[in-house]
Amino acid sequence: MEMREPFERVVHDHGATVLRVCRAVLGPGPDADDAWSETFLAALTAWPRLEEVTNVEAWLVRVAHRKAIDVTRARARQAVPTEMLPDGVSAVGTPDPEGNELWADVGRLPERQRLAVAYHWFGGLSHQETAELIGGTPEAVRRAASDGIRSLRRKYRAEAAQEGEPR
Amino acid sequence: MSADTLDLPPVTGAELSALEVRLVREAAERGLLDIAYRTVDSPIGPLLLAATERGLVRVAFELEDFTSVLETLAARISPRVLEAPRRLDPVARELDEYFTGTRRVFDLAVDFALSSGFRQTVQRYLPHIHYGHTLSYREVAEQVGNPKASRAVGSACATNPLPVVVPCHRVVRTDGQLGGYLGGVAVKATLLTLERSRAEREDEA
Repeated sequence: MEMREPFERVVHDHGATVLRVCRAVLGPGPDADDAWSETFLAALTAWPRLEEVTNVEAWLVRVAHRKAIDVTRARARQAVPTEMLPDGVSAVGTPDPEGNELWADVGRLPERQRLAVAYHWFGGLSHQETAELIGGTPEAVRRAASDGIRSLRRKYRAEAAQEGEPR
Repeated sequence: MSADTLDLPPVTGAELSALEVRLVREAAERGLLDIAYRTVDSPIGPLLLAATERGLVRVAFELEDFTSVLETLAARISPRVLEAPRRLDPVARELDEYFTGTRRVFDLAVDFALSSGFRQTVQRYLPHIHYGHTLSYREVAEQVGNPKASRAVGSACATNPLPVVVPCHRVVRTDGQLGGYLGGVAVKATLLTLERSRAEREDEA
């Protein structure tokens, strides 16, 4: 049987990456927290009997993808129809109260770009692996990821310049 | 590569800590927290405490290297190991009382999963040696019904998974010398001195 390291180390080493992926997919907030939690509970359940995994982080990111879908479906089931749409441009939750603009910018990306950025840039998956999760060709994923990151970088630089920070 | 990098959006340590507290709670609720651990400071240096659902399974000294102690627990019991201080709160409290001299007997659920056979028999006997007293390895061998096994008693003490709580420090050599100790002979001497001074003080009172 494969020797598994203490799970605490997995949480310590990969907790931040998984949270970034969950937030990019679901928006920062309770849904992302739920997906993070369910990801690590599922991983903890599987951990002792897991076949040899060469890349634990990539495995966790794929689990996070499935849990994010579960959370989205559960939210859709619970959603209450309303005639008034809320204000705001973000499709994926509200930016955190500390006013973190970068998360808000991620939330404003077109969906394909946002998912490609989430899984490739934040989660470290290859374009091929990302395409397997979100559909489309690896080449299309590469373009979406690249467009997304370029857009984020432009906004980020613009904001930094506004604040007068040297770049 | 620099043209293709972006500062990752922030995730704070406080946010991750809150999520980990929740993970520990939910893991325990679902019966997935096989081993909970925490570290505590003590007069004999930092100690690692680990517990299964059945009870305290390991007390380790810093010189044993906490990282490798946790790896051994993962390999021998379960890799479902999380830092979960609350499960160890009662242990930390009783150790505190022991070191301040207000506790003589530990009243804790213990799990001897890490030992077996004669060693475990010896370790289960050790709490019968009274606070502030010592027995020789040979006397312990006699007490557990195997008078020729004083060497085996020595290895049972040396491999005690629950030092301090299971008082292997109360077993010394027949010639009065302290003998070995997992946490170092100085620690063994400190524990015996602490216990003797408290025991004498109460005898005088």
